[in-house]
Amino acid sequence: MAHAISQAGHHHGHDHDHEHEHESLKTFGFWIFLITDCILFGSLFATYVVLHQNTNGGPTAEELFKMPGIIAETFILLTSSFTSGLAVLGMHKGNMKQLIGWLIITVLLGASFVGLELNEFIHMVNHEGASISTSAFLSAFFTLVGTHGLHVSVGLIWMIGLVIQLRRRGITTVTKRKVAVISLYWHFLDVVWIFVFSVVYLMGVM
Amino acid sequence: MSQSHTNSHNHESHGSLKSYIIGFALSILLTIVPLVAVMNHMLGKTGTIVIILVTAVLQFVVQLFFFMHLKEGENARWNMMALIFGLIILLTIVAGSIWIMTYNSVVH
Repeated sequence: MAHAISQAGHHHGHDHDHEHEHESLKTFGFWIFLITDCILFGSLFATYVVLHQNTNGGPTAEELFKMPGIIAETFILLTSSFTSGLAVLGMHKGNMKQLIGWLIITVLLGASFVGLELNEFIHMVNHEGASISTSAFLSAFFTLVGTHGLHVSVGLIWMIGLVIQLRRRGITTVTKRKVAVISLYWHFLDVVWIFVFSVVYLMGVM
Repeated sequence: MSQSHTNSHNHESHGSLKSYIIGFALSILLTIVPLVAVMNHMLGKTGTIVIILVTAVLQFVVQLFFFMHLKEGENARWNMMALIFGLIILLTIVAGSIWIMTYNSVVH
């Protein structure tokens, strides 16, 4: 009885199982989205790899990339992937404080990643004369890295929205699925960044 | 009673603190290894590329199993199949583009 009230009234026993099944199907749907996103990034990577030597007299990767900033970005994003995992862990313990705390830390880390990246882009355009229209290499570079940065920014807005919703509704079957899904998304972005770091930056300066 | 039943139902796909810490440590390690190799020019060109790619793929695997819990949860089999299918398309696009642009250019 108390259970029925606390769960917004409308789901009892087998109904609850049914809803759970529905939520897990939605999580699977999100996996499919991630795989299509993977293919999008794959195409951008292929474009970059094919074009990265066509610098048209403009700056080359070796002249352009400043590794200290890139290394900082990489470790910040790796850490945020870990903290978003800790948020999920807190959620499964039913610990609201831990869940929201770790989500906020993840947002802050993600925001500093985006900040560093924007700073890097602005420096390239203003001080090195390396804009998106300078060469095929830079078009491919800004498209690939910018698409990843855009994904991270969308993730940030999404995560802030979710924190607000969690405060209002608490940990329910639906918000549980939402937290699980955004943490999948965040780990996925980390994976994409690892390949950006390896293929674009490390291979660019070696 | 039904509450505790559904809870045990939900408790399948989230790993433990230990697995997250191991995953995090491994991913840091797998970032530092290629970084050191590149910054100190420790290996030749081919060696460096191999190190970079191998550590990147291992990182991917670490994230999949330690953080994204690919093998746990009710849909694990489906996730795995969708992933393999996606990777086949991905490899076709990337490897195919590189191959055709490097070796098959008729134009010049």
